[in-house]
Amino acid sequence: MKPVNEMKIQFVSRSANEGFARVAVAAFFAQLDPTVDEMADIKTAISEAVTNCIVHAYKNELGAVYLTAKIYEDRRVVVTVRDKGCGIEDIGKAMEPMYTTCDTGERAGLGFAVMESFMDKLKVRSKVGKGTTVTLTKYLSSREQDNG
Amino acid sequence: MPVRIDKNEKRMTAYIMGEIDHHSAKEIREEIDANIESLLPELLLLDFKDVTFMDSSGIGLVMGRYKLMRTIGGEVKVTNVSAHIKKVMRLAGLDKLAVIEK
Repeated sequence: MKPVNEMKIQFVSRSANEGFARVAVAAFFAQLDPTVDEMADIKTAISEAVTNCIVHAYKNELGAVYLTAKIYEDRRVVVTVRDKGCGIEDIGKAMEPMYTTCDTGERAGLGFAVMESFMDKLKVRSKVGKGTTVTLTKYLSSREQDNG
Repeated sequence: MPVRIDKNEKRMTAYIMGEIDHHSAKEIREEIDANIESLLPELLLLDFKDVTFMDSSGIGLVMGRYKLMRTIGGEVKVTNVSAHIKKVMRLAGLDKLAVIEK
């Protein structure tokens, strides 16, 4: 199925862009008039995915983060967040709640757990040394009943 | 400054403002920790009334302060959390670690 609408952005892996990315995606999906809760869920999941690129994929360097957002006819929205960073050696382990490679003690290790629980589908593809693509899918509730 | 500190007897309140993500968490954390170290409160109250967004960085923020407060024998309470923030905190089981009021 082809998307009804689509957008792409690319930005540098600076932490100031975490806010930019989630707000840009939220603004794009605003045309579907999602509920406040749905919008908060999506923004949180995007924030986690983009933070992973900045904190992990491009740990000691700056790199490009590629984000696409797509809208399908059945009110399904799909976001991909891609980097060309270090890649994930063991995706299963990385997705375990509370697992973190961050040694500062300030990261909870819950990024993937948040994405999984706040979205309807989460797919992670990664190749060490090549990069990672996270695909997030959410089915927005029908807004028809609000019109009647 | 995205956080305002209030000290009352043995209680220190940190009013956090705006969005909590990986980008903003560092400044908030440093400001709170500097005040904990100089005021040595028995209770740290983290007030989320003016927090408009929070991702899992906020969980790290609460957990880290919980650990720090424990080293000085104090406790942490979290207050004024919106439904969305509560949802993020529940996912981490923070409701079992720190008392979430309201």
